[in-house]
Parts: sequence; structure tokens; C-alpha cells
Amino acid sequence: MSTYCRKVLLGLAVMVLALGLAGCGKKDNGGSDSGKAVISTSGSDTMVNLAQMWAEEYQKVRPDVSVEVGGGGSGVGIRDLMQGIVDIANASREMKDSERQQTEKNTGKAPVEWVVGYDALAVYVHKNNPIEELTLDQLAQIFAEGGTITKWSQLGVKVGGSDEIVRVSRQNSSGTYFFFREHVLGNKDFKLGSKDMSGSKDVVELVSRTIGAIGYSGMGYKTDEVKFVKIKKAEGDTTYLPTLENVVAGHYSLARPLYMFTLGEPSGDVKEYLDWVLSDQGQKIVKDSGYVPVGK
Amino acid sequence: MPPTESVADDTKALTAARSSAAWQGTIRKVYRYLSERIIVGLIHLAGVSAIIFVFCIFYFVFREGWPFLRDSFDVKGFFLSEEWYPTSEVNRRYGILALLAGTGTVTLVAMLVAVPFSLGTAVFISQFCGKKAREVMKILIELLAAIPSVVWGFIGLMVMNPVIVKLTGAPIGLNVLNAGIIVGLMSVPIIVTIAEDAIRAVPDGFIEAAEALGATRWQTVYKVILPAAKSGLLAAVLLGVGRAVGETMAVLMCTGHSINIPFDGHPPYFHVLESVRTLTATIAAEMGEAPRLGANADGTYPVEAFHYQALFVVGIVLFAVTFIINVTEDLIVKGIRKEK
Repeated sequence: MSTYCRKVLLGLAVMVLALGLAGCGKKDNGGSDSGKAVISTSGSDTMVNLAQMWAEEYQKVRPDVSVEVGGGGSGVGIRDLMQGIVDIANASREMKDSERQQTEKNTGKAPVEWVVGYDALAVYVHKNNPIEELTLDQLAQIFAEGGTITKWSQLGVKVGGSDEIVRVSRQNSSGTYFFFREHVLGNKDFKLGSKDMSGSKDVVELVSRTIGAIGYSGMGYKTDEVKFVKIKKAEGDTTYLPTLENVVAGHYSLARPLYMFTLGEPSGDVKEYLDWVLSDQGQKIVKDSGYVPVGK
Repeated sequence: MPPTESVADDTKALTAARSSAAWQGTIRKVYRYLSERIIVGLIHLAGVSAIIFVFCIFYFVFREGWPFLRDSFDVKGFFLSEEWYPTSEVNRRYGILALLAGTGTVTLVAMLVAVPFSLGTAVFISQFCGKKAREVMKILIELLAAIPSVVWGFIGLMVMNPVIVKLTGAPIGLNVLNAGIIVGLMSVPIIVTIAEDAIRAVPDGFIEAAEALGATRWQTVYKVILPAAKSGLLAAVLLGVGRAVGETMAVLMCTGHSINIPFDGHPPYFHVLESVRTLTATIAAEMGEAPRLGANADGTYPVEAFHYQALFVVGIVLFAVTFIINVTEDLIVKGIRKEK
């Protein structure tokens, strides 16, 4: 081998070795200090508008504390909490046991759950779609793997355009996806071939433009181009719309809590922020955003 | 006596002067030698750095995906199953057939759109254009290349979507056709630039000979220039293919992001109006949620860690696909050259 070749290989080997050693020594340990005047949050797309409104209002209450709001989906928020990157994770689903264990293993603190509001998971169809009501079982047959309902004619409905049911779903980082899978599909997997959107608003947008579409999203995202599908638990039950009253009275079957998770019991600025969110001021913002406040 | 002293002084002064000059000379020589070596060394380093970076990236991706390959990799299941359920509660499956089909079909449609357009443009710019028009065309093509891919995605989502629905009556306008057109338009500038260089590299003698034999302009292009520029044109197209395979943002927004293989038993067999999902979009959409977990005490990884690692293995697959395309192109170009 020529001298030049040997030198090149030596240089390469040195580089690779150096990078390998550097990589070995690094640890994932970015914990943000809640004593400073910055509270970092991330997570649920369902809650992102709500979280931003809270952050803006809180800026007026406590100008010395700034709350950063990120999105990405409940899965991203929980993962960030697991790796100690954020102070608070917004989530529209619970943390799994395995996630709690991993958080404790990585950061040394167990996650604490706070219910900060309620949301109803609404099923949306195009405003010109004649369908009015569905049972939970029919929803499962439409969306789940191995489900038998694939055409609108099977539901006794004629939709303009193609007869095929266009399923609009969320990507798997979404808490909404997780909640729907757990509570409607009984933890079975989704049928392949659904359009997996990245945000709650995208689902409603796609449904509003596609006559044969059905999708699920938070009740606060309704527009005039779509309509709610009334949900009943089984054939013969009363059907309910996802409204504030139905959620508070416990009638609507797909009501879900909105959570904030912290690392261990919060203290200092984080605790004051959480207390404010749960106070009348914070809960009024929940109501104004179209969600259901806590404690009624 | 004064003369002796002055001579002695002079000699001393002369030796001193000579030694300092010699010393300075040496310093200058050393400086020149060193600076030359350092600069040459830096240039060598810059040249080799490309290789180093590629190896480093490959090492990093491989290192992150390695535990999945070691523990939970089922080759047939991975490549031949369309069931991609990495976060399932009951049955985790990692099958990328649908993702491969998505990338493949979008690239195919993109090339069907891009190649005629760009070859035609390249021929037009180099053969049929006036000088002023040529400058303007080149600037416009480069402008097309400067549009960010997320803007292309937006055009696909907001503009092409209703157009496709209206023209074809499809239930949804986010599909292979939409993404194929958008990615094709994105690849056009690359293919045009390189194809145009290849066409201009054809020796003038060929063209003059053709004209002397009485060929029309189109006959010259079709029978003389294109065959002569074959290897360069192929290189241009394959570069466009590489671009199309690696595109992330535009396909994330325009394909409808649906795990679906658009081939069927009934005509038209290849359903361009169905939504798909590509390898790149899957990595982009799911990487934020997949936690990077450390190994357990016994060296195995918890099941939740496999999602992150599987996504890196998807990255390795993308690497491999681009690598195969480049190697194929190299072999074909060499083959063509041998023919000559």
C-alpha cells in the first residue's frame, strides 16, 4: 500500500476512534432547572392551543416567568419528560406503566399526573354526509384491523362520489390516536390504509374537503364544513353529541381527561403555574377554548 | 593598535551579521517549508473529509440501529410484510413493504413526469435557444431549484389537491399522483443542469458532420446528440432519482401518509390515486415520539426501544437504496464507455 493510502487510512481510523469514544462517554441527562424563570412544556397537539393561551395569560400574571410551549403529540411530550428535557408534559392520554418506569429509571423521579381539563373525542364527517349516528362497535368495525365495514352502503347511507369509507386518523405519536385505540378499538390495531395526519386541525381539514371521509379529533376543532356524528354505546341506547353538558353529565362515551405530567411533586415556579392552571382563571380559559373545565 | 582592533571588530561584526543573516535565512526556510506542508495537509484533509463524513454518518446510523438488527430482526418479516405497527399494545410488527412501495411508486411517477420535461428543456436550452433566452431560462430553472421543499409540499396540499379531485374524481387528492408530480418538478432543475452540460459536451464535429449530411435540427438531436450524450444523460436522470428517493417534507404533506400498497388485482392495477407513505416520511413523522432507551442490565433492550432503533434501520435501508442506485449508474456508464 502506498504511503499516501496508509496516511489516509490512519487519519480515518483516528477520526472514527475519536468519535466512538466521544459517543460512548455522553449521557442523556438534560434536565431543565425549574428554579429558573423558564418553564418548558411540550406534548399534546390537542392541548397545544390551550397551552399557548395559558402561557400568554400567565405572562400577564407573572411577567418574570416565561412558559415555553412545544407540540409534537402526547407521545413526544411524554418522551421529552422521560429524558428530562421538559418540566411539564401535556398529554391527552395516560402514561403507560412502562413509560413511568422508564422515566423513573432515566431521571430518578416518578411522574405525577394532574388532570387540567376534559375533552370530548368527536367523530367528524363531511357536512353533506347523510349519516347521523354510530355505535361504538360500528366505529370499531370501521377503524380496526380485521373490521368488516369498508363502504358507506354497509351503513345504509349513500354518499356522493365513491362509496369507499375514507378513514382519517392520526400518526402514532398522538394521544388522540392512543385514546381512540384504547377506548374504541379495545387496544386492537388500526386497519392499514387510513390517512395518518399530524395534527387535530389537519384531520378536520381533510374531512371537510372529502365527502366520503370520517375522522376523529378533539371537539374544540369543529368548523362549519363538518358535522359531529352522534355516538351511542350500543344499538338502542340514546345518542349523544360531544357537548359541554354531555361530558360534564357523563353521558358522552368518548370523554377523556387532559393531563399535565411533572417529574416528581412540583415545587417553586412549576407548582405555582400548575396551581394557576387549576384555578378559576386557568379553568375559564379551558372553557373559552372549547374544552370542559375540571371540578364541576 | 586601532587597525587590529577595528579588523577584529569588523570580523566580529561581520560574523555576527553573517550568523544573524544565516539564522534569519534558516528561519525563513523553515517557515516556508512548514507553511507549505501545513497548507497541503489541510487541502488533503478537506478532500478526504468527504469520505470521513460519509463513514461517520454510516457508523452513527448503524450504531443506533444495531440492537434492533441483533435482537429482533426478522428479514422476511421486515422486507416482505406491509404491517408497520411499532407502537402496538398487543402485537408489535415492523414490516416496511408498504413504505418501500410508497417510495418506489412516488419516485416512479416523479421520473415519468420529470424526465421528459427536463430532457426536453435541456435540449431546448442547448440547441434551440437564442443566447439571451438561454441566460433567462437558466436563471428560471435555478429559481425552481431554490424553492424550499416545504413550499412545494404546501403547493401540493393546497393547490394540486383540489385540482386532482376535480380532474379525476378521486375521493382524496393526496396520493401518489400528487406527490409524484410535485417531486418530479423538484427534480427537474437537477436533471436539466447536468443533462444540459452533457449535451454541450458533445463535440461540435459530430453536429457539423450531421449538418453537412443534410440532417434537420431535430434529426441531429435525435440521432446524433442524444446517443452521444447517453452516459451524461443517464447520470443526470439517476441523480434525479436519488433526489426523489430522499425527499421528505414534500412527500410528508402530499402523499396522504397512509400505509397502503397501491397495487391491486383489478384494473388499472397500479392505482396512482391512492394514498401511500414513504420511508422518509415515516422517519420524519415518528422519530419525535420514539424514545432512545438504554439497555437493561443484561444487555437486552426493552421492547419500547425497538421503535427508535427500527427507524434507524429504515435509514440504513434508504442509504442502501441510494448506494445501489449510484453503483448501478456507475456500472452502466462504464459499460457505455466501453462500448465506445
